[in-house]
Amino acid sequence: MTEMSQNIAQLKTELSSMIEAANDLESLEQVKVTALGKKGRITDLMKTLGQMDPEERKTTGQALNVLKDEIAALINAQEEALKKQALDQKLATETIDVTLSARPEREGHIHPISQTMEELMTIFADMGFTVAEGPEIEDDWHNFTALNFPPGHPAREMQDTFFLPEDAEEQGERAKKLLRTHTSSVQIRYMTEQKPPMRIIVMGRTYRSDYDMTHTPMFHQIEGLVIDENTNMAHLKGCLRDFCETYFEVENLPMRFRPSFFPFTEPSAEVDIGCSREGGGLKIGAGDDWLEILGCGMVHPNVLKNCGIDPDKYQGFAFGMGIERIAMLKYGIPDLRTFFESDKRWLDHYGFSPLDRPNRAFGD
Amino acid sequence: MKFTLSWLKDHLDTDASLDEITDKLTAIGLELEGLEDRAATFAPFKVAKIESTEKHPDADRLKLCIVDTGEGKIQVVCGAPNARAGMKGVFAPAGSYIPGLDVTLKKGVIRGQESNGMMVSEREMGLSDDHEGIIDVTDRDPDLGTPFAELYGLDDPVIEIGLTPNRSDCTGVRGIARDLAAAGIGTLKDLDTSPVKGGFASPVGVKIENEESCPLFIGRYIRGVKNGPSPDWMQQRLKAIGLRPISALVDITNYMSYCLGRPLHVFDADKLKGDITVRLARKGETLDALNDKNYELDDFMTAICDESGVIGLGGVIGGEPTGCTDETVNVFLEVAYFDPMRIAKTGRALQIVSDARYRFERGVDPDFVVPATEIATRMIMDLCGGEPGEVVQAGSVPDTGRDIAFDPAYTEKLAGFNIPAAEQKAILETLGFTFKDDRTVQPPSWRGDIEGRADLVEEVVRIHGYHNMPAVSLPKISSVTHSAETPSLTRARLARSTLAGRGMNECVTWSFMGAEFAEMFGTNERQNAATLKIMNPINATLDQMRPSILPNLIEATGKNRDKGFPDSALFEVGPVFLSNKPDGQALIAAGVRSGHKGGKHWSGEEASRKVDAFDVKADAIAALAACGAPVQNLLVTRDAPDWYHPGRSAALRLGANVLAYFGELHPAVQAQMDIRETICVFEVFLDNIPQPKKKGGTAKKLLTLSPLQPVERDFAFIVDDAVDAESLVRAAMGADKNLVSRVDIFDVYQGKGVDPGKKSIAINVVLQPGEQTLTDAELESVTGKIVNMIAEKTGGQLRG
Repeated sequence: MTEMSQNIAQLKTELSSMIEAANDLESLEQVKVTALGKKGRITDLMKTLGQMDPEERKTTGQALNVLKDEIAALINAQEEALKKQALDQKLATETIDVTLSARPEREGHIHPISQTMEELMTIFADMGFTVAEGPEIEDDWHNFTALNFPPGHPAREMQDTFFLPEDAEEQGERAKKLLRTHTSSVQIRYMTEQKPPMRIIVMGRTYRSDYDMTHTPMFHQIEGLVIDENTNMAHLKGCLRDFCETYFEVENLPMRFRPSFFPFTEPSAEVDIGCSREGGGLKIGAGDDWLEILGCGMVHPNVLKNCGIDPDKYQGFAFGMGIERIAMLKYGIPDLRTFFESDKRWLDHYGFSPLDRPNRAFGD
Repeated sequence: MKFTLSWLKDHLDTDASLDEITDKLTAIGLELEGLEDRAATFAPFKVAKIESTEKHPDADRLKLCIVDTGEGKIQVVCGAPNARAGMKGVFAPAGSYIPGLDVTLKKGVIRGQESNGMMVSEREMGLSDDHEGIIDVTDRDPDLGTPFAELYGLDDPVIEIGLTPNRSDCTGVRGIARDLAAAGIGTLKDLDTSPVKGGFASPVGVKIENEESCPLFIGRYIRGVKNGPSPDWMQQRLKAIGLRPISALVDITNYMSYCLGRPLHVFDADKLKGDITVRLARKGETLDALNDKNYELDDFMTAICDESGVIGLGGVIGGEPTGCTDETVNVFLEVAYFDPMRIAKTGRALQIVSDARYRFERGVDPDFVVPATEIATRMIMDLCGGEPGEVVQAGSVPDTGRDIAFDPAYTEKLAGFNIPAAEQKAILETLGFTFKDDRTVQPPSWRGDIEGRADLVEEVVRIHGYHNMPAVSLPKISSVTHSAETPSLTRARLARSTLAGRGMNECVTWSFMGAEFAEMFGTNERQNAATLKIMNPINATLDQMRPSILPNLIEATGKNRDKGFPDSALFEVGPVFLSNKPDGQALIAAGVRSGHKGGKHWSGEEASRKVDAFDVKADAIAALAACGAPVQNLLVTRDAPDWYHPGRSAALRLGANVLAYFGELHPAVQAQMDIRETICVFEVFLDNIPQPKKKGGTAKKLLTLSPLQPVERDFAFIVDDAVDAESLVRAAMGADKNLVSRVDIFDVYQGKGVDPGKKSIAINVVLQPGEQTLTDAELESVTGKIVNMIAEKTGGQLRG
């Protein structure tokens, strides 16, 4: 071995241990300058090549280039290792307690009455119904007389009415102001303003002067009305069957139509659905018990007449039901009065997410 | 309406079971509401005989009785003073449920002596309060083992039906039997209505002065009767349906009401002065009624009078001074037909609920007045003896006969399925309808509710059976599901979802509130507050139609705080009432935030900070934006109403049109409503939002995007304290409408470095170049325009 190749071997050993000893990027940079810089050790040796004979220059040159590459590779490797070590150290100091609570965002809810009304609308919209609206402060004519409740008739007492002072600007029954006892008054307003065929639902607040476990002075009703030349009671039965099965999500739901009485329909019926009350809980669609859920019938010819519609040409049906009641049944809400108490805990529990809007395609 | 099975069978010849009968009742519209089968309840209790008694060795008041139940002899410990050897009573075996004590009897040892059941008192059977001693039936000498229910007449099931107001004919058992017979449950038995011959001229005459209120009045004098308790069978039936037996004469009138739906009245004839006249009462006349109350009468009421004055209110209640007692010897029977409307009005005005009113106001059978007189006469004679006089009558039977066109095809058109014409006719005939010819029918006198051909359809279909009607889905009117919502429902839904999405809970609160709260929220400003006051409220805190939703939500906020939840965010979308006219109702989205924004949180101030006016400003704008309001054009004006904090509230407007109010609640209102924490509220007037123009269908306006990056510039201006921040934004926006795309306020500062009475407002302006990059010169020019415009509009100077 020549003196030169011994020097190279020794330099390699020396530089390698310096690289290994560099324990931060700064000292490694100094090693790099020492080894490969313009005045570095390898560079110095390179400079001696010019004084050599061609044969020796060739072998030494090659050896020096190999050394240069090897040392550069070692420095790179060390640099990567040091960088990784530095990052690890930095990350270790950045640890947070990820079990801390998330940033607070108050959750809002839709009231079950609103949710149920939207559900009802999606179901009836599919059957071709549109929504009609009317005032909650009504008069005696729209709420009673036009609906075939004769003045003074005991049927009026089926509904305890809230009265407002008489309207001095109106005459007779239209001066007698009251809070509507049912949404049926909107039937009258719609039928006097529109021409058949008609297929509407009405949803909204209704009022009766009653306040106990199962009655609140304000509650909500949905009303349906179909008037054309051919709609008959079998359609009424079919429409309500389709509605109940869809709303309660029970196919072949047992249903019972019973004869009943409402002044504004003839024939009239009440509708029960099958349920089970075993074990204190209520299960819709099972068992051999019945639960009344709505009243309905064929629109009374007198009502059509009162609205200027020819009862010899047109006929149709109407139905009405309590929205709280069917919401309670579907969603297992035990107490009617709690709907109106605005208790935060109740709203959080029984309310619906604003992103969970009723859609028949999703189910509920 | 209650009745017993045996009572029904007095009128209905049937082999049908109780279940068949009750199912059919519901099926024909006489809905079963209750069924009490007391024979089952009392099944364990049977007649037994006390063979012997001896004193209990260790208890002075107790006896050891050997009781013969008919099946064996057992020892029973008994404390009753009347227990004695040879006595027959009612035995309750161990294991039976004692209804009056609400306990299940156990075999026991009483003071060392075995007791295998008990001899019971009426109180223990839940029949009366009598606990003087055990039931003693020795006198009646029943066989051992006779069921107690049979002995006491309690083996008759009690049926209760819900009666709709149209069915006055079913306020009596006979009408129910008739309906059941028509529906195939047996046949209706005959009723003996043959005249009872009167033996003497009536000492009391009758006269009607007002035939409109009383078209027909029949009287009959019966002399020499003996009043006293009515027989057991009658008492048992009356008790079974919840009536208290009084005396035979009174019980007969009650029995007639429930049996035949025919109320009538009995006077003690010896207490009458002269003849009876039916007339309208005079204002101020009074009546001491049979219910021990005194009533002041009005001039629309039908008064039954003698020479002394008013002795009864026709069809509503009788008078006490002329009523029958145990001493009554001579009776004057009243059977009349009264105008239903007057009865209803009288009953309502005087708040008298009576069995007579219930039937008369629904309309009793006018043709049955005469037959009922004979039936009642016979019943009085049967139970009380006596001799009937001749019938006296004033007025005449009102003619209620009317023709209704009968068209079997109409039944199919209305009901949607075919019932053969012959069956339709047969149903109507069993219900008592008479056919004048094939196309004309007359309803029976007891069915005043039948008016026209739709009523005939109901009669036919209900008897044929609603369950036989097919169910047919409504035919589609369009292959497309169209939008069902009205514009206002759409807004309500969008506002609701938006506010709930902003973390608020939706409430539904009463449409009325106390006048005191309503006055703080606007009614005192209006002339018409009195027209929106409920005359018969549930209570005084629910008597005024609400002028604003806020008081209800604020009250709810207080209640939630009292339950331990001071941080709440509540809203409601609903009506307020501005007048009593059909258009006097407005749709509002209102909200209340109280306490802290998000509750306490480790991350610091922003999450845990208190709510402020800018939270509710954001709520109001979000709701408006969701409903399509052009929120970029909103004006903020400092004229929110009185219930807002004057310096921390505003209106959001489009010109003169107010779309919303928001801000802190006025501290004085807050104090009055017992709210201690600051609360912030808003009201959005959904009806006032301009309807977006719908042209070009569902397509949105075409979007053009600039390929160039926007440029941002920050400025700080010193302005007078009174200058609205909003005016700087407007000035900057207006400086170059083509380039300035948005302006945001990012700092507001008062304090060191800013003179008193001034404030520093820093804005960030975004410039959006169109097709070419902005040159330095252009940038400098727009900057200059912004500075100049702000100086011009607000007096603001660039901060040095």
